[in-house]
Amino acid sequence: MELIIQLKRAWAVAKKDIRIYYFKGPVLIFGLLFPLFLFLAFYIGRDLSADFLIPGLIGMALFFTATSVGPVIFPWETRMRTLERLVSAPIGLGAILLGDVLASLIFGILISLVPLLIGFPLGVEVRHPATFAGSLILAALCFSSFGVLLSAPPTDVPANVMMLSSLVKFPLIFISGIFVPLERLPAWGRALAFVSPLTYFTDLMKYSLGNTRYLPVALDLIAMGAFTVFFLGAAIGLHGRSLPRRF
Amino acid sequence: MKAIEVQELTKRYGDLVAVDRISFTVEEGEFFGFLGPNGAGKTTTVRMLTGIISPNSGRALVAGRDVTRDPLRVKQVLGVVPEMANVYIDLSVWGNLMLMGELYGVPRRERRARAEALLRDFGLWERRYHRAKALSKGLRQRLLLAMALIHAPKILFLDEPTSGLDVQSARLIREKLRELHSQGVTIFLTTHNLEEAEQLCQRIAIIDHGRIIALDSPERLKRTALGLQIVEVRFNRCLASAELAALPGVGQVKRAGDKLRFYTAQPEELIIQLVDLARANGLKIIALNTLGPSLEEVFLELTTEKEGDSRWS
Repeated sequence: MELIIQLKRAWAVAKKDIRIYYFKGPVLIFGLLFPLFLFLAFYIGRDLSADFLIPGLIGMALFFTATSVGPVIFPWETRMRTLERLVSAPIGLGAILLGDVLASLIFGILISLVPLLIGFPLGVEVRHPATFAGSLILAALCFSSFGVLLSAPPTDVPANVMMLSSLVKFPLIFISGIFVPLERLPAWGRALAFVSPLTYFTDLMKYSLGNTRYLPVALDLIAMGAFTVFFLGAAIGLHGRSLPRRF
Repeated sequence: MKAIEVQELTKRYGDLVAVDRISFTVEEGEFFGFLGPNGAGKTTTVRMLTGIISPNSGRALVAGRDVTRDPLRVKQVLGVVPEMANVYIDLSVWGNLMLMGELYGVPRRERRARAEALLRDFGLWERRYHRAKALSKGLRQRLLLAMALIHAPKILFLDEPTSGLDVQSARLIREKLRELHSQGVTIFLTTHNLEEAEQLCQRIAIIDHGRIIALDSPERLKRTALGLQIVEVRFNRCLASAELAALPGVGQVKRAGDKLRFYTAQPEELIIQLVDLARANGLKIIALNTLGPSLEEVFLELTTEKEGDSRWS
């Protein structure tokens, strides 16, 4: 019963986040336009097919959107002094974080469907819809949890967290098989790729859209699930420590 | 059942003891004031009692439940207006209330009905679709109080609710607090405004350097400050300061316009001495009054560190 109550309250936090943070230009720019231009910068002049382009683009759009706002909600609300009002309410820290994750998840999924829609006229097909949908949801949950984890430092300066966020996010983009397929990476590059959750999602997207995958689907899903559990657990633990230091 | 029971509550930040083994109780339906200078530990106490931060030691029971062990159930029956808290400026006035209603689990229909009643009460109904960003500080504070009341709490914590507000908003908030108190709501008020505390509170605790140094009704607090009885006198011409300050039993002498105020524990004896002094110096007494100390004077007496303790100010 208490769990259901907390889930309802987490949903209230998610709706608040969507209303306040997600219908804003910078989120659309960083979630969609930025990955698109970044990808085009690598794509133009190289002989790559739409089949290769679209899974990578979906991966980047989801990764950037799901981690665009999550890292700044806590610092922003600390600064605006709304956080104290929020934590005065009968909602657990886990439910607040879940609310932030849910908002990122919903927005991430919606935005990442845009590259897919772009892909349809280029001949892209979803060959494995169940895997596509399941991995999209799981990855959105994983990346959103990662975004919320990045917001754990007890600062009230969103720019500080954005800097940390960029420092972590950008290297991940380059080691996740988006710009260079995993099979063409050197052994040390592949080893590095496996520490990025985006690698597994990109691999799953390739499979879902009928391309050659590098890893077994089950392994991709297990790895993404493990990353999700780790990010969520770490977020709850670190936020629990940092929350009293925000006031 | 007591509304609030605090036993030996302590909060430390590194070497700093922000709240030092404080104990007190608040009765159900009581209007309780919590006063203290800046940095005395008021806000830290409120944050511990409302489950925002945990104490290092001691125990706080609110509505019969341990705040540290059962924070969510405690928060469910509390209304809180934290110090310097803000509303969500990008949400509408209505949106802010709906959010709070959802967070406190108020059913949708009830939430809407209560929100409408509260917004009408606080003069915000016409602005319900405005973004909170567009509200003045006074109107935002009214909205914060409305948000704290959306679930009809039994106990209300307010940390400096009228600080820096326009006269109308401060007055409206005070009237609303009186009304809530008459309806049986327990109110825990932290304020810098001593006049407000004197008007509203049944009992007042004064905290300084993390410790409670006085706890009583405003009248009793004033009465116990015996050294602060005041004799106010106006002579037809001025007298030398040194001569006045040298009168036996006088704690302090202050000028108040064309009058002199003598702070003493024995006003009756001082009056006789003042009459003798006037006679000896050929002075006429134009006015003579005895006054009790104001709560502000009691507060300053209790919380001001005495340095040099000059008898003249």
